[in-house]
Amino acid sequence: METAFALTGKGYVLLAADTTAVHSIIKVKTDVDKIKELSPCLLMAYSGEPGDTVQFAEYIERNIRLYHIRNNFPLRPPSAASWIRRSLADSLRSRKPYSVNLLLGGYDTSTYMPHLYWMDYFGTLAEVPFAAHGYGSYFTLSLLDKYHDPEATVEEGIATLKRCIDEVSKRLVVSPARFKVKIVDKDGVREIEL
Amino acid sequence: MSGSYDRALTVFSPDGHLFQVEYASEAVRRGTCAVGVRGKDVVVLGVEKKSVLQLQDPRTVRKVAMLDDHICLAFAGLTADGRVLIDKARIECQSHRLTVEDPVTVEYITRHIATIQQKYTQSGGVRPFGVATLIVGFDPHTTEPKLLQTEPGGIYSEWKANAIGRSSKTVREFLEKNHKDDLSRDDAIKLTVKSLLEVVQTGAKNIEISVMESYGKVTSLELSQIEGIVQEIEREKEAEAERKRSRLAAAAAGQAAMSQRVDTPAQ
Repeated sequence: METAFALTGKGYVLLAADTTAVHSIIKVKTDVDKIKELSPCLLMAYSGEPGDTVQFAEYIERNIRLYHIRNNFPLRPPSAASWIRRSLADSLRSRKPYSVNLLLGGYDTSTYMPHLYWMDYFGTLAEVPFAAHGYGSYFTLSLLDKYHDPEATVEEGIATLKRCIDEVSKRLVVSPARFKVKIVDKDGVREIEL
Repeated sequence: MSGSYDRALTVFSPDGHLFQVEYASEAVRRGTCAVGVRGKDVVVLGVEKKSVLQLQDPRTVRKVAMLDDHICLAFAGLTADGRVLIDKARIECQSHRLTVEDPVTVEYITRHIATIQQKYTQSGGVRPFGVATLIVGFDPHTTEPKLLQTEPGGIYSEWKANAIGRSSKTVREFLEKNHKDDLSRDDAIKLTVKSLLEVVQTGAKNIEISVMESYGKVTSLELSQIEGIVQEIEREKEAEAERKRSRLAAAAAGQAAMSQRVDTPAQ
């Protein structure tokens, strides 16, 4: 079952998403990257209707890039979140809305602050210290309530993330085989091998 | 009735000219000069910068624009028209990536820009763009630099080195004389600055240089670096003049000696 979660720490945001592509009851592949790098310091994890997700994510990616080229500076995370939310809200009121749920993690290089946003396909936007989408959220949110620390180091953050992944693997009926984890901080974005 | 005349601005003159397009080319000739030079694995754009006013922010006056990670554009002519054209090109670059998941090639985006320019010579109620552009960059997965030019009429062509704008003819002739194939990075930059100095009297502070060294690697030279190159060129010119003077002096001395021998023939 599709699951994505994220948490903030001291100067970074960690995002994790499962890597399975599902068609009907069949696992088609297990190495899908569901976390897009939108700009040097911005990550977006997406889940929802297959096809919609990739289409919407690529549309967002290209527009964020266009903004960067036009202005020489990338859109800051709060502004990017507002713009993406608006895109989803407009889509919802169109003939065929995208059903895509998002987690947006970014590092603001002007205020040196990490930001994490939770968004769903209704166009709900919330800035949160940690977040989750999908069935995995029923297990991970309580874990994050207990273990999340906004001042945690990267190592501590990864340890908390591992707890979440382990719990999902243990309790969810159709648990994802693997998770892809990415981090965004002052040095930009990179993938983390667990 | 009069409506149909108002809408048709770009019409042929009886002898086959499109005056509006020729006026647009004239606007280009009055614009500041821009030079492009292709080296072995580098391509350099140099532009003449108008002096900014004392209270103006120089960062807001830019004549070289990035279209995508791997493509740069310089233009000569009406700045406002250039801005509109640049924006259309930037959108196309991202749109191309979105539809085919590949970056544009230099020729593709040049042709796109030229096509827009051509459309504005054949549609009602519009005037042509008063800009010529030099587009440089690298095609994806290649190491060969490219330099292309577009004109207000919609013509586009590829070059080893070229100039547009004010006194572009002088600069082009200079480039024809001095351009060699497979220039190194430093030589390509030097040739660009040298050719611009042909028409920019005020020197380094009115020159802007952008260098693209490989796919996506673009640097803008600092004023101090350009000043260094200008000084080097001046030193070379001086040395050349000095050599010339001493050659002339030697020739004159030889001449004098000859005539002396004539005056006093051997006995």
